[in-house]
Amino acid sequence: MLRLLSLLALMWSLAVPAIAQEGPVDPRVSTGGAQTLEDILRRQEGLAIDDSFRSGLTGNPDAAAATVDQLGTLGGVSDSDLWRAFRYGSADISTQARNPAAKTLIQDGGMWWLKYREGPLLTIAIYLLGGTLVLLALFYMIRGRIRIHGEKTGRTMIRFKTFERFGHWLLATSFIALGITGLISLFGRKVLIPAFGHEAFSSLAIISKWVHNNISWAFVVALVIIFVAWAVHNLPDRTDLRWLAKAGGLFGGEHPPAKKFNAGQKLIFWSVIVLGGSISLSGLSLLFPFEFNLFGHTFSTLNSWGVPGLFGVQDLPYPLEPQEEMQYAQLWHALVSLVLTAIILAHIYLGSVGMEGAFDAMGKGEVEEQWAREHHSIWAQEVLDSKTFGKESN
Amino acid sequence: MKAFVLSIIALVLITVGANQILMQSGFSSAVAGSSSDNVRLSD
Repeated sequence: MLRLLSLLALMWSLAVPAIAQEGPVDPRVSTGGAQTLEDILRRQEGLAIDDSFRSGLTGNPDAAAATVDQLGTLGGVSDSDLWRAFRYGSADISTQARNPAAKTLIQDGGMWWLKYREGPLLTIAIYLLGGTLVLLALFYMIRGRIRIHGEKTGRTMIRFKTFERFGHWLLATSFIALGITGLISLFGRKVLIPAFGHEAFSSLAIISKWVHNNISWAFVVALVIIFVAWAVHNLPDRTDLRWLAKAGGLFGGEHPPAKKFNAGQKLIFWSVIVLGGSISLSGLSLLFPFEFNLFGHTFSTLNSWGVPGLFGVQDLPYPLEPQEEMQYAQLWHALVSLVLTAIILAHIYLGSVGMEGAFDAMGKGEVEEQWAREHHSIWAQEVLDSKTFGKESN
Repeated sequence: MKAFVLSIIALVLITVGANQILMQSGFSSAVAGSSSDNVRLSD
């Protein structure tokens, strides 16, 4: 009997710890409450981790040893607690700086932005712009210059008035200047500093920044001018469907009928208006730091509509630190600008070396009548019917 | 050509003009983010 009781007591003593282990286990027991290897790996992969085990660990002065006691702390909070409070934005900070971001002493999300800006963003820029140039070169080699097929008449038609061409060239020159100076800023640290040194790049960066910040207003003015001048001619209609179905005759065959602007030109026009407008808005946000917060409210609205869930991703971050607003604005500004630059490269190609007679439209404002008949047959007929001919060429 | 030259002139005028206006209005983040209030500038 005694042996049986001893055996039962032994089994009980072994069973209790086993039962205890079946309950919820703190994964950070092994690290004394600090982050685990799994946390570090998840963070390195860019996955979300539950930071509550340390974000809330910012000290409790009421529970701390009294400062007057022997061996008491100098304050109620340890250095580690204080740094965590800085990092997670719970520290009570007072400052005389009036900048909205002045109270954010540590901005955790900034590392993601910095890594993206120094890595993937540059890769995207190289592939997008380089890829576009390669494709255009290939297209030129395969298709060659798009010629005027019919016999030239020697007569010209007024294609664009001086005001229209003024708006176009103001937009074009400001965009090229903005593109070059923007790329100088984007590739400065990774490419230009290693190539030319800090001092040379410093001068270049100062000039680039001045030009980029101030020439941007000319871009905005030109954007308004071309919108007023051409929006009505770029409204989509049925002729665009036929034009798109034949790819505009780019790959051979007859040029489909088109009005003043064909479907391809309309796509470029609305790309310039929409993307250029978005670039202007994000640029304004960057030019006046912390004054125009575009992203926090947008993310909150998209989250409330459940948009991220439709794509199977987590909710977008909200609320954003003031610096995060600027970081998202910078990324958006750069990415949209790169997309628009790729589109404009194609536009420049077709408006110059890619198509015979196309440059005259913006260069002189007048085009060969046969060119107009082939590329914008409906518009050409309307102009001819109204007898508004340009001057006869020699 | 006339339109192109005019656009270049406008580009320069707008760029320099915008810079002058913005400089005089104190738009920079350095100006917007600092204050001399409650700061002892001299003893």
